[in-house]
Amino acid sequence: MSGSLAASDLSVRYETPHGAVHALRHVDIEAHPGEVIGIVGESGCGKSTLVTALANLLPANARIDGSISYNGVDLAKLDAHRQRLLRGDEIALVSQDPMTAFNPVLTIGDQLVDFQHHRKDLGRAQKRSRIAAMLGRVGIADAERRMDCYPHELSGGMRQRVAIAAALLTDPGLLIADEPTTALDVTMEAQIIHLMRELRREYNGIIIVVSHHLGVIAELCDRVYVMYAGEVVEGGEVDAIFHDARHPYTQALLACDPARFHEKLERLPTIPGTPPNLTQPPSGCVYAPRCDRAFAPCGSVAPPLVKLSASHVARCHAVTP
Amino acid sequence: MLAYAVKRIGLGLLILVLVMVAMYAAVFLVPGDPATVALGPRATPELKRLLIERMGLDLPVWWQIVEFFRNALTGNLGYDVWSNRPVSTLVMEALPNTLILGLTALAVALLIGVPLGCLSVMRRGTLADAVIGVLSVGVIAVPSFVVAIYSLLLFAVTLRWLPAIGAGETGDIVSQAKALVMPAAAIALGWIGYIARMVRASMMEVMGEPHIRTARSFGLPEWKIVSKYALRIAIIPTISLVAVGLGSILSSAVFVEAVFARPGIGKLITDAVNTRNYPVVMGTVLIMTAIYVSITIAADLLIARLDPRVRDVFRG
Ligand SMILES: Nc1ncnc2c1ncn2[C@@H]1O[C@H](COP(=O)(O)OP(=O)(O)OP(=O)(O)O)[C@@H](O)[C@H]1O
Ligand code: SF4
Ligand SMILES: [Mg+2]
Repeated sequence: MSGSLAASDLSVRYETPHGAVHALRHVDIEAHPGEVIGIVGESGCGKSTLVTALANLLPANARIDGSISYNGVDLAKLDAHRQRLLRGDEIALVSQDPMTAFNPVLTIGDQLVDFQHHRKDLGRAQKRSRIAAMLGRVGIADAERRMDCYPHELSGGMRQRVAIAAALLTDPGLLIADEPTTALDVTMEAQIIHLMRELRREYNGIIIVVSHHLGVIAELCDRVYVMYAGEVVEGGEVDAIFHDARHPYTQALLACDPARFHEKLERLPTIPGTPPNLTQPPSGCVYAPRCDRAFAPCGSVAPPLVKLSASHVARCHAVTP
Repeated sequence: MLAYAVKRIGLGLLILVLVMVAMYAAVFLVPGDPATVALGPRATPELKRLLIERMGLDLPVWWQIVEFFRNALTGNLGYDVWSNRPVSTLVMEALPNTLILGLTALAVALLIGVPLGCLSVMRRGTLADAVIGVLSVGVIAVPSFVVAIYSLLLFAVTLRWLPAIGAGETGDIVSQAKALVMPAAAIALGWIGYIARMVRASMMEVMGEPHIRTARSFGLPEWKIVSKYALRIAIIPTISLVAVGLGSILSSAVFVEAVFARPGIGKLITDAVNTRNYPVVMGTVLIMTAIYVSITIAADLLIARLDPRVRDVFRG
């Protein structure tokens, strides 16, 4: 089963001793079966917050507003038990850091057997043979033996493959990969991207890929959302975003040096200035302090979401359809 | 792993020797003539000399120590100066009672403390967590001999549910079990609180680790995350705590045995010290130290087994 995903007017704030951090504000996104969605933006702009909210795994100090519907069901209205049943069955999250994603004192095989707990119809032996097959599919040789390894006995790239295999084992309708390659070196990164490109050919659910690497997004995704300081500032088809960006922030990102797309970057190319403090988000455009095109209304009036085409939107006063 | 075990055992033997040297040094340094203390001021000089010879106190201290270990290696721990029975026999008679008491107390403490700690974590921030927390801290603060005395008054004297003293009839399991309830509970009570706090604290730390979020992201039920994914890691500090604590469990057994007039190592040592029966004191201390050292080594090896990362460090 796979259905469409839609988040509308989604806001998340984290309660902290220093006040609330408004990490996500009025975000609208949608995704349909068969699509690969990219989410890109500077560090701290709320990418992980967004996907963790989608996977229903926000930490205890997070407060969520707005709605997330998957396959026509409003996730926020489900009770905790139903939400748990959905996780790891319909929705799978491949986490940001493969080094710490697995339990250090249990074998890979043991954990992957547990992760299939939704499949009550399968015995332990069947689950293990599914694991072996899946590990083979993500390019791990000698799968039978690897299953009896502890996480620390595998390399980072191999662990990331195992993490992807674990997610695929549950046959999810929505697969979320939060920076699947950030912790890896360039060679490993290329291999994982290759793997994900292959997967997307045979997979008909939704894939959401978070990255601050524009090259990864360009290679893997159908559509992209560009985030800045907790808001989606522009969204559209990959072609539209990379060749016809309309929001000044997206343009600045791309202008930095498109030739470096295929290089391994620690973070997004730098733009002068720093993002606003999310404890007190500005009342006007969040990008105004750094925008070279800012004009009168930008500092005080929040810009509307301007629809440029069927799928291309940008949140800016200077943009006209 | 083997090299590690050998190293730990060597260190254990060294500790054993050092403890005995310290014991002999203490006897040597204690003022007063042990024979006079034991026999009273009006004993005849011949009697005193006989006693001193029997305890070997006429030999130089270092020679006493060498003799002691030489004999101990052949299984001879010396003889009770009063009854002339072998010390090893006395210890072997008393030891089972004390070990049963200590291990029962420990088992009870673990069987109740670990689940309580887990429950606290699963219900963190709720009333149940708070109640467990307050009770734990409460029972940790109460010394076991106080629990012993009050439970004696309540259950043996007032309610008459349980026997007040002794270790039960030999051969009668039910009466032995009944005699075990109060002493074991007296020792276990504080440890239940201790273990529950310890498990909760290390578990809370583990629950914040990313791999727990992974387990959550696959929708594993909370009880399984707590009891399998978190406990396997969180139990490790608890095992060290318990291993180190066994010494203190055995020493509370000494007090508790005194309160319940329960035959055991505690009673053996107390009586021997009071009558300056040095061979019995030395032999018993040696055995108890050996047990303590073995438990600590066993705990370390168990920890190495539980944590594959530690295991690899030892392998390499
Ligand atoms: N549990 C939390 N409590 C308080 N603030 C948080 C919490 N988690 C995240 N934040 C804050 O929320 C903001 C968004 O964080 P988020 O992790 O979503 O960013 P990100 O875009 O994923 O960044 P990165 O690229 O570094 O992974 C940041 O300012 C961060 O400091
Ligand atoms: S709204 Fe104004 S400040 Fe914001 S991006 Fe557009 S032009 Fe720049
Ligand atoms: Mg992130």
